[in-house]
Amino acid sequence: MLRKTFETEIKQVKDDVLILGSMVEESILNSVEALKKRDLKAAQKILEGDRAINKKRFEIESQLMILIATQQPMAHDLRLLASILEIISELERMGDYAKGIANINIRMGDEPLLKPLIDIPRMAEKGVDMLHRALTAFINEDIETARKIPVEDDEVDALYNQVYHELMLFVIQDPKTIERANWLLWVAHNLERVADRVTNICERTVFIVTGELTEITDTDNEFWHPHKHE
Amino acid sequence: MQTNIAISKNEAKSTTSSPKMGIKNLSVFYGKFRALAEINITVQSNKITAIIGPSGCGKSTLLRSFNRMNDLTASARMEGEIILDGENINTPGVDVVDVRRRVGMVFQRPNPFPKSIYDNVAFGPRLYGIRSKNDLNEIVEKSLRQSALWDEVKDKLHQSGLSLSGGQQQRLCIARALAVEPEVILMDEPASALDPISTLRIEELMHDLVKDYTIIIVTHNMQQAARVSDFTAMMMIDDQRAGRMIEFNETQIIFTNPKDKRTEDYVTGRFG
Amino acid sequence: MTTTRFQELIAKNEAAHSRRRRITNAVMLTVTGLLTLLALIPLFWIIGYVIYRGGSTINLDFFTQLARPLGMAGGGVLFSIEGTAVLTVLACLFAIPPGVLAAFYVARNPNTPLGVALRFGTDVLAGVPSIVMGLFIYALVVVPAKHYSAWAGGLALAILMLPIIVRTTEEMLKLVPHTMREASLGLGAPEWKTSLSVMFPAALNGIITGFLLAIARSVGETAPLLFTALGNEQYDLGTIIGGGIKYHQSLSAIIGRIVNQPVDSLPLTLWKYSQQPYPERIDESWGVALVLMIFVLLIEILARLYVESRKRALQG
Repeated sequence: MLRKTFETEIKQVKDDVLILGSMVEESILNSVEALKKRDLKAAQKILEGDRAINKKRFEIESQLMILIATQQPMAHDLRLLASILEIISELERMGDYAKGIANINIRMGDEPLLKPLIDIPRMAEKGVDMLHRALTAFINEDIETARKIPVEDDEVDALYNQVYHELMLFVIQDPKTIERANWLLWVAHNLERVADRVTNICERTVFIVTGELTEITDTDNEFWHPHKHE
Repeated sequence: MQTNIAISKNEAKSTTSSPKMGIKNLSVFYGKFRALAEINITVQSNKITAIIGPSGCGKSTLLRSFNRMNDLTASARMEGEIILDGENINTPGVDVVDVRRRVGMVFQRPNPFPKSIYDNVAFGPRLYGIRSKNDLNEIVEKSLRQSALWDEVKDKLHQSGLSLSGGQQQRLCIARALAVEPEVILMDEPASALDPISTLRIEELMHDLVKDYTIIIVTHNMQQAARVSDFTAMMMIDDQRAGRMIEFNETQIIFTNPKDKRTEDYVTGRFG
Repeated sequence: MTTTRFQELIAKNEAAHSRRRRITNAVMLTVTGLLTLLALIPLFWIIGYVIYRGGSTINLDFFTQLARPLGMAGGGVLFSIEGTAVLTVLACLFAIPPGVLAAFYVARNPNTPLGVALRFGTDVLAGVPSIVMGLFIYALVVVPAKHYSAWAGGLALAILMLPIIVRTTEEMLKLVPHTMREASLGLGAPEWKTSLSVMFPAALNGIITGFLLAIARSVGETAPLLFTALGNEQYDLGTIIGGGIKYHQSLSAIIGRIVNQPVDSLPLTLWKYSQQPYPERIDESWGVALVLMIFVLLIEILARLYVESRKRALQG
């Protein structure tokens, strides 16, 4: 088989992407768990973990540069490597979202949570589950699955809506809670963005296989639609 | 609802240039052996068209069909149409000498004549009856300028063409071909015998020349085809060892998203 | 540094092997040296001996005087030298054009009936004894003309030269890269122009070498001249041309006088003199041998110089 070395190197890079992905998944879940339990030490660990995520991302990027320069990738190989550059960038941002959540945890310090966290952990689990499946679809170049994942973003958006309204009620009843409500809203916002970014990864997977870069937006059920606001 | 932002289309975009040459259902036989089978290709004016494919797939045979050079092989027979500016030049009544003036050729190994640089370039014009010293001087200078060689040889035009370096010799051969003012230039792996710097020089030259000429290039260097050409034709031999055209499209499509798996395998180097 | 198994094995046999190798080396060098000397001995011996025997006869008169009757001093072999020159020129004129044209044809069309015939004919001709060629021209030219002549001799020599010229020209043409021909045709040149303006100059070096080889061969031939040129000790170009001008003869008449007479050539003179029982003639024949040798040497040197200078011109 020709280009055995190249094939091996591509496989290595793909494995590294999965590793990066699982680092990010862990970071997100841990950050929310730490928030739920108000574990500031755990939050600190997540901040350190983010440095490892960034380092890993740049390592993968360097390796890609070398492959692109030395192997003259064409067609499918080219689309794959170019897409990996995009995907690791998305993953790194997701890592930053987890870092953001940990930061909020630390800033909250001794203050208790405004309310017990129920929807927010659900958002995290859903987002991480979507991410995991998206990365699996990417590795297997499974565009059927990749095309079906983005629609689940609606669930996450719905949860966000719920959190938003709940927190608004708190604030209306007691304006002094506005700071704590804000913290939690920001956490929910980060998790909502995680799900959005998973969609990009799915679009890239489709691009690798078909060569077409399209947006997969199955519904218009976005939070930002004006008529959704009362 | 799917919003499609297509990055690449499946068909070649219709360009504003017109077809300069075309080949319809061409088959080339050497005696009983069919070397090329049912080739169809359109070459656009003022564009560079590259022909790629593995060794022995008939690229050079196809290239040499454009200027009827296959006629030089005794057993060769060409069936099908070869069209230049709308007229079929694969008919017995056609003036082959005129075809070869209009469709010039540059070869793989630089092959200047054992004459002076001046006489090399003037050879073609002299064939067509241009005798006056002034006219020839003008043509020689123009051709050497066009092939980016003038500055290097203007003071030694009467030295032998063989005294130049490989890259210079190839540019001399290009000047020689340009001296008869062709409309199409055929290049058969023009840089494969040259060092990398000379190769890049020739590629730059092609970019300049294509403004005034139509260029068809055969190359086994895929990166060169990708760098240089606007359109690429992918060829391969079939089970009867006849060369066929597998895919023909804009270069960017051939190299980022080819439609045929064989093309994909070849450009990614998995062919073998 | 650790050694590999292979290096160990080598080291084991090192001493004995290298001694054996040195001895073999020395022996082979000696043997080949001796054999080379052996091969060179005849060459140097001949050259030396001819110089020795002929050197004393050579003087200015030798080159500038016609033969004088025996007993008179100061005779020379001018007639012979001039005869050789005329014969060579005539032979070239007769042999080169057809030879080159035939070679062009065969190189381009080796598989046509005519091409095959030419090839075969040339090879056969190369093997024909030179004396037979002489007889052939005798029957064809000398008998109808009823006299011997230089141009009959030239013809005979030409036939001798023909195979060499055809063969070497053909080989040299085949050495020209076919892309050069294609480049010319690709520019729109017709076949004949391509052959003339491109192929011929490209192969010229080798072709000229072929000519000179053929000339060197014909200069040394005696047998074909026996029945064609015969010999003529009173042949003197100076007289012929001078007389022609003095008596206002036409150019064609002068040329006619040059070629229509019997002439001598160096090898012919050598042979004739060596047959005669007079010691002066025998000495003179050694002198002629020396002149002939020098003549051939000069041709070879000329060939070399020409080829080298052309090579340098082409490579700038």
